[in-house]
Amino acid sequence: MQHVQKRIGERWVLSDVSVVLGAGRALAVLGPNGAGKSTLLRVAAGLWSPSGGMVYRFGRRGTPDHTASDPRVGLVGHQSFLYPALTALENLMVYGRLYGLSRPKVKAEAALERFGLRWSANEPLKTFSRGMKQRLSLARAWLSDPELLLLDEPFSGLDLEGQELLTGWLAEHRRRGGAQLLITHSVEEALKVGDAVAILMRGRLVWWGSRDAADEDGLRVRYREWLSKGGIGSFASFGSS
Amino acid sequence: MTKRDWWMWPFLPVMWIACYLNFLWSPDDAQLGPSQRIFYFHMGAATVVLVAYTITLVSSIAYLVTRRLSWDRWAAASAEIGTVFTAMVLVSGILWGRAAWGVWWTWDPRLTTTVILWVIFAGYLLLREWSDNPERRALYSAVVAILAYVDVPIDYMAVRWWNSIHPVVITSQGIAMAPRMIVAMFVSMAALLYLFAIWMAIRLRLLRAEAGLADIKNRLFLAMQELEG
Amino acid sequence: MAQQGRHRFIRKFWVIVGKDLLLELRTKDTWVGMLAFVVMVIFLFAFAFGTDRSQVRQTFSGILWLAFLFAGILGVGRTYHHEMPEEALVGLMLAPGERTWIVVAKMSVAFCFMFGLELVASPLFFILLNQPWTGRWAAYLAALALGAWGFVGVGTLLSALAANVRSGEALLPLLLVPLEIPVLITAVEATRAILATPPGNPWGWLEGLLAYDVIFLALPLVLYDYLWEV
Repeated sequence: MQHVQKRIGERWVLSDVSVVLGAGRALAVLGPNGAGKSTLLRVAAGLWSPSGGMVYRFGRRGTPDHTASDPRVGLVGHQSFLYPALTALENLMVYGRLYGLSRPKVKAEAALERFGLRWSANEPLKTFSRGMKQRLSLARAWLSDPELLLLDEPFSGLDLEGQELLTGWLAEHRRRGGAQLLITHSVEEALKVGDAVAILMRGRLVWWGSRDAADEDGLRVRYREWLSKGGIGSFASFGSS
Repeated sequence: MTKRDWWMWPFLPVMWIACYLNFLWSPDDAQLGPSQRIFYFHMGAATVVLVAYTITLVSSIAYLVTRRLSWDRWAAASAEIGTVFTAMVLVSGILWGRAAWGVWWTWDPRLTTTVILWVIFAGYLLLREWSDNPERRALYSAVVAILAYVDVPIDYMAVRWWNSIHPVVITSQGIAMAPRMIVAMFVSMAALLYLFAIWMAIRLRLLRAEAGLADIKNRLFLAMQELEG
Repeated sequence: MAQQGRHRFIRKFWVIVGKDLLLELRTKDTWVGMLAFVVMVIFLFAFAFGTDRSQVRQTFSGILWLAFLFAGILGVGRTYHHEMPEEALVGLMLAPGERTWIVVAKMSVAFCFMFGLELVASPLFFILLNQPWTGRWAAYLAALALGAWGFVGVGTLLSALAANVRSGEALLPLLLVPLEIPVLITAVEATRAILATPPGNPWGWLEGLLAYDVIFLALPLVLYDYLWEV
């Protein structure tokens, strides 16, 4: 991404953000509420088109109107993007079919197995707890085997086992050459996943360094510093979603 | 009112002249008598409706393309005032209809399409009232305004396509009225368009102030949060 | 390449249609709600106007379409109901294939519900209100299909808006009903002509309905392009 800007209405939610992400690399973006993290992810996913700048994915410029999505991009969001009335297996099968997988049922079962949901395969999603829902959300992203993985607070709601499953998958995904962009407000999570960490404040990347450059305490201090300087992003507005 | 509003003042004499022409100077209708005098403001208001909703349509399209909230304010102001003028058209039409046709209301194509127009734009205004996120409100109302505008040309053509009992005054053959009536009609039209322009200016100013106020509140809220944190 | 791309788009369409039908099979909320509503309306009309055959004959096609109109608002208004709680629409947008296919799939499902309801409810109307069938099948089916189509274009678009607005459920009928008046008028008149003895000519009205359908299918398809970014 180069010099990406995003204007929502009259507010510049992102101003001049540039991110380069190589294969097998993971970048964690830290930032407080309203800094523009989710917007960054949506622009990166191609859900929203940037108001300025360019978005390149896999070395190619995103189509200007972004009407045709790229199956190589996977997004784990706040919500699961699934249907409460369908069972876990049915939900994943719908996704498998959407991505044109050859044997959706077999793959969906494998995904459930992988994230420890085998015994809940035929339970409807609406009976799931927050953590199980998050696991299913991960299983959904895993199913389409994306090369670029975009993660929005992926650890939220997960128990210890779930967190291990997630870090395990992310490590494997990177080994196989996948790229990851993670956004979070937790320093710990940022260091657990990212081999580079950036701090996003008021729609700008204000600090940026590799994991080695910042040990956990050092990063935490730096993050606090920026928080006290910038506070809550002034681009946030209450009453809007 | 400030100095830059000088252009609003001549409205008063213009309106007096329009009223004088309508109610005293122009002749009675040969068949309908004095009820003819309702027509001048009826026609003028209808013209304003056409102009107002067209402004709403153009601003809505402009908003969809540019995503500038100022366009949304134009659309909103124009739709609000247009809806008031549509009500004026309907009320004056009902009064005239009572005198000319002997009934308050009849489901004639012109009357029906006009009342539909009024209801649709009332729904548009409710949509605006009920949404709280300014960007989403702007986007949704722009979409609804474009759908609603489809009825405007239908309303205009209703008397020409279907055999309506609503009179057609201006045709390709000219204007079917006495010369003094024509003068009264055009002066009323001008007076009401003038009124519309003033109203728009004031309403836009108010909407701009409201948006500015919301913005200040927003910043204040965030600044206070920063102080607390 | 183009061939493969085409194939992919059609896949998106069918998967969404299949998914919506499966959801309906599970929850049954749209279909049961619509049908129960229509049956209730028949009873209400029977009690309110009596079932005297010749008397009902005058208003029969009006009753029929009024019931379909309200049931349609009920059903079409739920088009995006299942997409809302977990933001499933985002997932559909990210899936390969053009976004327009989501809309077309939604419209097709809404059409199926509406047309299916009309097909099931029509015999009930004729039986319970004591009306003999004197019409022509082809023309009657054409009126039903064109009438259902008239709901789908604007109805799904407005239901997408209403799903995101406070008191959207109250707002939807307010916006949709006035826009559907042309459908109501033309469909009622066409049906009246079809059922009249001797039968009248419904095709003029049906052509008007077709014109409405085309305009209000094309316009929402264009407008949807602007709605994605909210």
